[in-house]
Amino acid sequence: MARQVSRQRKIGMTILAWFVGFLIFFPILWTFLTSFKTELTAISIPPQFLFFDWTTENYVNIQAQANYFHFMMNSIYLALGSTVLGLIFAIPAAWAMAFSPTKRTKDVLLWMLSTKMLPAVGVYIPIYLLFINLGLLDSRLGLIIVLFLINLPIMVWMLYTYFKEIPVDILEAARMDGATLRQEITQILAPMAVPGIASTVLLNVILAWNEAFWTLNLTTSNAAPLTAFIASFSSPQGNFYATLSAASMLAIAPILIVGWFSQKQLVRGLTFGAVK
Amino acid sequence: MSIHSLLKTSAALGALVALTASATAQETTTITVGTVNNSDMIRMQGLTSVFEEQHPNIKVNWVTLEENILRQRVTTDIATKGGQFDVMTIGTYEVPIWAKQEWLQPLDNLPETYNTDDLIPAIRNALSVDDKLYALPFYAESVLTLYRKDLFEKAGLEMPEQPTWDFIAEAAEKTADKENGVYGICLRGKPGWGENMAFLGNMAREFGANYFDASWQPQFESEGWKKAVNLYVELMTKYGPPGAASNGFNENLSLFGQGKCAMWIDASVAASFVTNPEQSQVADQVGFGGAPCGTEDCPNDGYNWQWAWSLGLPAGSQKAEAAQEFVAWATSQDYINLVAEREGWASVPPGTRTSLYENKEYTDAAPFAAATLNAIQNAKAEPTDDKPYFGLQFAAIPEFQGIGTAVGQQMAAALSGSVTADQALSQAQAIATREMTRGGYLK
Repeated sequence: MARQVSRQRKIGMTILAWFVGFLIFFPILWTFLTSFKTELTAISIPPQFLFFDWTTENYVNIQAQANYFHFMMNSIYLALGSTVLGLIFAIPAAWAMAFSPTKRTKDVLLWMLSTKMLPAVGVYIPIYLLFINLGLLDSRLGLIIVLFLINLPIMVWMLYTYFKEIPVDILEAARMDGATLRQEITQILAPMAVPGIASTVLLNVILAWNEAFWTLNLTTSNAAPLTAFIASFSSPQGNFYATLSAASMLAIAPILIVGWFSQKQLVRGLTFGAVK
Repeated sequence: MSIHSLLKTSAALGALVALTASATAQETTTITVGTVNNSDMIRMQGLTSVFEEQHPNIKVNWVTLEENILRQRVTTDIATKGGQFDVMTIGTYEVPIWAKQEWLQPLDNLPETYNTDDLIPAIRNALSVDDKLYALPFYAESVLTLYRKDLFEKAGLEMPEQPTWDFIAEAAEKTADKENGVYGICLRGKPGWGENMAFLGNMAREFGANYFDASWQPQFESEGWKKAVNLYVELMTKYGPPGAASNGFNENLSLFGQGKCAMWIDASVAASFVTNPEQSQVADQVGFGGAPCGTEDCPNDGYNWQWAWSLGLPAGSQKAEAAQEFVAWATSQDYINLVAEREGWASVPPGTRTSLYENKEYTDAAPFAAATLNAIQNAKAEPTDDKPYFGLQFAAIPEFQGIGTAVGQQMAAALSGSVTADQALSQAQAIATREMTRGGYLK
């Protein structure tokens, strides 16, 4: 039987939830507001919340200084490319580990995850040299490969935990009814695994989108994604917070919109997956 | 037309197209310029079209990055011969080290019109190794004491041309009004070799101390460093803003621009920001003093800070000729005139050419011109008998970045009060000694 929750408690929890939600959302809101201020209003004390002269000047300046669409298209190519490539490898790997595990499966999974513990900068020079020799510096293909490799362990882990949730009994029942292996995979397993795959895809797109070490250090201009776009507006001498905020808004806008529409799957992915 | 002649004609046409294409490809050279996102650099980016009009066979591709990322990027690229950049924006720290490694192309066949003799000697020397220029200066800076004229007047103070640290301490005490949010002094506290150590290295010099002595022994426990760091911590604790250990150049720029600092001692380039009404609420109240001295025989009259953002060419570049044309254009007198014509004299890159400071239009438009020139001319960074390295607020050896940042963290700890200044300095001495031994400087 469901626990009785008092009305007051419900209201209290709702207010708390909204408050926490607002706290988390506040930096984005502030960045959004700052992006429409002048540099002087951006640093004024006391801070101005809504009643200032709104200006779109920062966005105009940014477009004049850098070609936003070039960077955005690169981000899209890299995020999608690395995720698709990742799925091709991660699905069979996770499938095999979930449905025909050996006594070493757990060790293999842990070993895969351990590769995430190596600081990226530790292998920077070797990878840079490899990229020079292979002619992959500043190329989308090179970055897709790197992003695919660094996100692969997480993809395998997430998919593995999803596949583990699918009861083997259902597969056995299907076999009893005379389903072939192909039918078993395409008609029974695949439909049940779709939500898991969708969450994995979303999370990996976001991880690849936000990756800021390799995307900055292995690109120059042709393959530079939005992380490089942002880095070009951060200045050590001179306060350009308003311009930087406008650049940040442009960089996070696409992923923010995608995240907004797919939050249901995302939350499910995060709570249902590896951290469960 | 027979098939044979059709084939012949199309083959000839094809060859013609291919020839034209290859000729165009040969003619246009695209050079990639890696740079920092400072306002002078962004302005240059905006004026590239003028260069491209004058040089129709050269196209300039810009890669603008945040300073630390750019440094990591260009250092990796030049050390591994990655060839990603044809022109690199580097500072006076990199030039002597890179030139010795033969990573940079010497710039010895500049056109006569470039007039290298016009470059301010201190800056020219900083970018030369064995009398050969290895990079051309785009803008240069030293150190200044910026102060609020109105607050000084209210406190009955007058900034001497050459202040002492005793005077700065007195002024900080008299102008501080913490209850009303006015701090007597704002200084850098954020750890990093280019952040708090740039200021503290310079301040230690003002008390007669260096990073290393003639035999490369670290000097953090010397009298000069102790006096400097103790005074720094005392002034900042008593009269400085809260949380100063996280304040770098930009944070202090905000504070000063909001009218919260009576004094700010930092890079001379700050002067152009705080006098700009679009960025500062106290633009018309800013005065400029010289760098303070802590001792009577203070080296360089206190101007112990020298930096020049410069453009260098990596050795072995395939496009060296086009790259040199661009670098010579961007650092020329003509470029300065172009900026003045388009955006006004106050916006021209400062600190590189003597002729700029003889130009009345510039000195009228930039109230900080005389102070800046004086600071830059006085800051001499060459090695001396008691200082084996090039540099003032830094030491131009590869190990310095690591040492400077680790020591900077100790200084920030002292500033936030978790250790005393003396404890931080002995820790710094231990770190530096270990690194210098590892680097083979000490036996």
